[in-house]
This record gives sequence, structure tokens and C-alpha cells, in this order.
Amino acid sequence: MDSRFGRFWLAMGYAFLYIPILTLVVLSFNESKLVSVWGGFSLKWYGVLAKDEAVIDALFLTLRIAFFSATAAVILGTLAAFAMVRYPRFFGRTTFSAHLNAPLVVPEVITGLSLLLFFVMIQNLLGPVEEWGPFLTLFKNTFGFPEERGAFTIWAGHASIGMAFAAVVIQSRLIEMDKSLEEAAMDLGCKPFQVFYLVTFPQIVPALLSAWLLTFTISMDDVVTTAFLSGPASTTLPVLIMGKARLGLDPTINAIATITVAIVACAVFAGSLYMFRQEKKLAAEAAAAYRDAD
Amino acid sequence: MNARNAQADAGFVRIDRLTKRFDDVAAVDNVSIEIAKGEIFALLGSSGCGKSTLLRMLAGFETPSEGTIYLEGQPVSAMQPYNRPINMMFQSYALFPHLTVWDNIAFGLKREGMPKAQIEERVEEMLRIVQLKKFVKRKPHQLSGGQQQRVALARALAKRPKLLLLDEPLGALDAKLREETQMELKNIIKNVGVTCVLVTHDQDEAMTMADRIAIMSEGRFRQVGLPFEIYETPNCRFVADFIGKVNLFDGALTEDAPDYCVVTTPEGVFYVNHGVTGTEGMDVTVAVRPEKIGLSSSAPTDTSRNAVTGTIVTNSYYGSASIYHVQLATGKRVLVSCEHSSRHDEHFQRDDPVWLCWEPESLVVLRS
Repeated sequence: MDSRFGRFWLAMGYAFLYIPILTLVVLSFNESKLVSVWGGFSLKWYGVLAKDEAVIDALFLTLRIAFFSATAAVILGTLAAFAMVRYPRFFGRTTFSAHLNAPLVVPEVITGLSLLLFFVMIQNLLGPVEEWGPFLTLFKNTFGFPEERGAFTIWAGHASIGMAFAAVVIQSRLIEMDKSLEEAAMDLGCKPFQVFYLVTFPQIVPALLSAWLLTFTISMDDVVTTAFLSGPASTTLPVLIMGKARLGLDPTINAIATITVAIVACAVFAGSLYMFRQEKKLAAEAAAAYRDAD
Repeated sequence: MNARNAQADAGFVRIDRLTKRFDDVAAVDNVSIEIAKGEIFALLGSSGCGKSTLLRMLAGFETPSEGTIYLEGQPVSAMQPYNRPINMMFQSYALFPHLTVWDNIAFGLKREGMPKAQIEERVEEMLRIVQLKKFVKRKPHQLSGGQQQRVALARALAKRPKLLLLDEPLGALDAKLREETQMELKNIIKNVGVTCVLVTHDQDEAMTMADRIAIMSEGRFRQVGLPFEIYETPNCRFVADFIGKVNLFDGALTEDAPDYCVVTTPEGVFYVNHGVTGTEGMDVTVAVRPEKIGLSSSAPTDTSRNAVTGTIVTNSYYGSASIYHVQLATGKRVLVSCEHSSRHDEHFQRDDPVWLCWEPESLVVLRS
């Protein structure tokens, strides 16, 4: 194989992936108000961004929803993954498996629409919430649901989609985990719940973390489901950007995007560096163990 | 020790008509056995014979379909694994990767709620027994295979179980380390004095480690006995063939007396110095181990010995012994192993005609 030929196609591949992002980053420093005309270097759009309260509110709402929906998705996903991996036979397992994986294959428009219909139906069934007692009233006053849609409904929707992804990640870790670890814990006196938090949990922590990060990102950049489930006072950042783009591109969007890319790039770099060092450390320790084995 | 105690010790572990079925297939089929206190009892068989299922029922990971397990006279088969005074050393060792050697060994003691000072004392004692004091702060991945095995043993012994279960204890070690570890493991178990059931597919491991061996196949015990009984007095073709090397001759019982019998086979007429309670003319098999056959270039003078002629097909010299394949007139091949007790033993080459002879007492008649 001609290595120069290979390198050329590799460069083309990278170019295809990264030139659009680079363009966006460069244009975020554009003085001109016109997105596609270069008017000299400037940081002015970052200044505009810092003063735009709608954008900042949307950013924090997005982060809040992503945080809580990722957390809920990982908890539910762990339970689902456990049922799937540790219990090869239970009533309705096939149905359960199909339902668990459905959000991975069902078009998001359908998921979003069905969730919207579901929430509207609940609202209609319940009627005025005050008649149902103080608990539901408190719930309504805190979350705005079921009176209107907003952060709560978006959270619920993201959590249910994220759960499917989290379950896939956690399932694969549970499958590769040595089952005799759990048996050993039980053999040494652990009751089933102790087995989970003393042995299983520490083993699946890396999978829980990556599942959390994955569902966090899914929630953060979701537009379709969010658009169905958001209410008047709850615009997330992706929905805001979509709206702005529809009205005509504004260089502040480039600035938002550049900040996002920078944060993500730093996180990915730090994560890989940590993983790389950890692996090297483990390999070195294992090698040392064999060297001084007696 | 008085008679009552001795009796209690004999049936320390009692397995009573134990059966385990998976979808109508019996993995363990109506097995009964008594294991004495302090005994090392080996379950030996090839994979799928039910030995692991039996061990897992003792540990409590499988529920018996029928039958009961008694420990010191108390039924334990309905108890949860975490309540049984039984601990297991797993084939993969199953050391907790996130805990140090010390924490791995202390794991079971902490669950018991043992006071801290006592835990430290016990862990210290276990580390001394398995000679791992230097490694307390290490995690499992920082240990070699042999060290991991010792941690697993220490962890299983830490709670002072009444019964210790070993699942293929040396299966994960390489061949060289296995031999050394075998004796060391046996010494530790004997010194601690714990009753032990071990599962293995390796007959050398079973022979060297166990006081008594049960040969299993298809969920049943084919023979239970001391290692030498199983080797020298197999009770069926399966056991004779499974343990060690053996030459089998099919034939018919032509003469049967209380203290001897004669079996006629196509290869010759063989005199056996033990009787068989059977009818004359019944089909039987005689078995003779390769090391009990003598080779010579001339006809043996002692006519009380069984003798046949053959031709050497292959010869392999191992230093301490030679292994020959000898073809008899009927075409049957016989394996012969000659220990070289003298430096000037006779060596045979390919195509040499030889006499094979063996004592009447070297033969075992198998009826099934």
C-alpha cells in the first residue's frame, strides 16, 4: 500500500470532519455583521453574548435539565440493565427488552409527539390540580406540571430517551464483569443489596460515568423532543439557536458554538489523557508483580 | 475419641439423594455421599459431568431439585449462601479488584460484624498461613497468579468455615507452578484441619490432593474410594479408562472359583487371582496397567504368569522409563511402560519380537 496515498485520504477525512467547525470558530472572531464576509478580527460578538440574558438563561436551563435527566437516566438505566443481564428469565422479558430499546430506533419526532400527547392527556384527565389535594398543588407550584409544559416535561422526556442509551452502556459492562465476583461476595456473607453496593457498584462506576456523560450530551443538544415538550418560559439553548438561525444567522451563534466546542475539546482531551495514564500505570504495576513474584 | 464422636465425624457432611435438573436434564442425578470431618474429598470428572453443579449446590448458588445436604447433622440446602458456614475458592479466584489484599481477606469478617481488633488479628494469621505479609497493600492486579491464588485461599479460610469448597483450585496456574502449589495447598488445608470438597478435571490434582475421590460422569458417582483403590481396583471400564492409562481385553469368563478365575480373550487365556461373582460364559473385560506388564526377548520360565507375544511398534525413551506400543498377533495394540531401575536395562527397538507377561494379581476383571 502506498503510504503517501493513504496519508492523502486520511488528510481528506480529517478535512471533511473539521473544516466546517474551524470555519465556525474563525467566523466567531469576525468583526462584520454579515456571517459570511470577513471584516477583520474582533471579540465583539463574545461581548454581545455576555450581555444577552436570553442566551445565558437558556444555557443554564439546558445544563440543569441535562444534569438531572442524565442522573435520572443512569439510575433507571442501571436498574433496567440489571434486570436484563442478571435475570435471564422473567415474565415479559422480551417485551421489556423491546420497550427498553425502542427510543434507540423510533424516530425522535415520533417520540416527541407521543410524549407531548401523553402529557396533554394527563393534564386533561387530572383537570384543575387544586382539587386533588395539597401534594399535587405543591407539585404544580414547584414544577409547573401538569398545568403547562416546561422544564419538567423536557426533563422527563430526556430521561426516558437517555435511559435507553444508559442501559445499553451499563449492560455491556455488566455482561463482561466476572459473575463470580458477586457470588464470592454472597459466599462471604453479603445480602443481595450489600453485594450490589460493595462489589457490583465499584466495578461498574466507569460505565456509569460514561453513561452519564453520554446522556448528558444527548440531553444538551436535543432539539426535536425538546421543541415538542417545551413551554413558553422554557427555551433551551439548542432550541434558541435553531430559532435564531431561522431568523437569519447572527454571529453570536458562532460565539456560542465556539465556546461549546472549546469546552468539549478540553473535556475530551483531559479524559483521554487520564485514561491513557491510568492504563499505563495498571500495565506497569501488573508487569512489576510478575517480575517480583516469588 | 469415643465411638459417638467418631460417628458424628464420619457423616460431617452428608449429601442425601441430591438431584438437580435443568429443563428435565439431570445435571446431578440422585447422589448420596458422606464426607468425614477433616477429609479432602475430590469430585473428578470431565466437563459437563455435574461436578460443578454439585459444588454450587453445596455453596448455595443452586437449589437442589430433590434431596438434602446436611452439615453436622443440620440441613443446610434451604439456607441462603450468605448464611452458610461454607466458603468457596473460585476458579477465577474472584478477588475484588477494587480492594487491597488486606481488605479482600477481611471482607467476610467485616460482614460478620467482627470487632476491629479481632479482624486485624485474624487477617494477620491468614497472611502468615499463606505467606503474603509483604503484599497486604497491593491490589489483585499487582499480584502474580500464584499470589492471587493464595489470597483467594486466605479469603475463603478467614471466616473459619466448617466446609471449604475449591473449584478447580489450580486450573488458572501454569503447569510448572501447579505442581509446587498442589503440595503447598494440601499442607495448608491439612494444617488448618478444615473439611474440603474440591472439584477438578485433572486426575493428578485429585490423586495428590485428595484423601478420597469420587469419579463422576453424567451426574452420577461411578466410583468412590481412596486414590489407590480407584487406580488399582477400578469397578468399571469407564473408571479404569478415565484414571491413568490402561489396556483392556474383552473376553468371556470361562472358569470362576472363589479365589481365582480364568478369562478367555482373543489375545489369550488370562489367569486372575481374584474371583468374580458371575456366571461362566458371561462377557467381561480384563484390565492391566502398562507398568505392570514386563517385556522380555525370550519366553518367561515361570508358567504361572500370563504371557503373550507381540512386536514393538513404537518406542519412546523418557530417561526414567520407556513407553512401548506393542502389537499382538490379533492386531491389538498394548501399551507397556518399563521403569529403568537399573542402568543396564534391556532396550527394545521397533519391529523387535517380544514377550509380554504379567502376574495374575495385576489383572482386574471388569463386569461393566
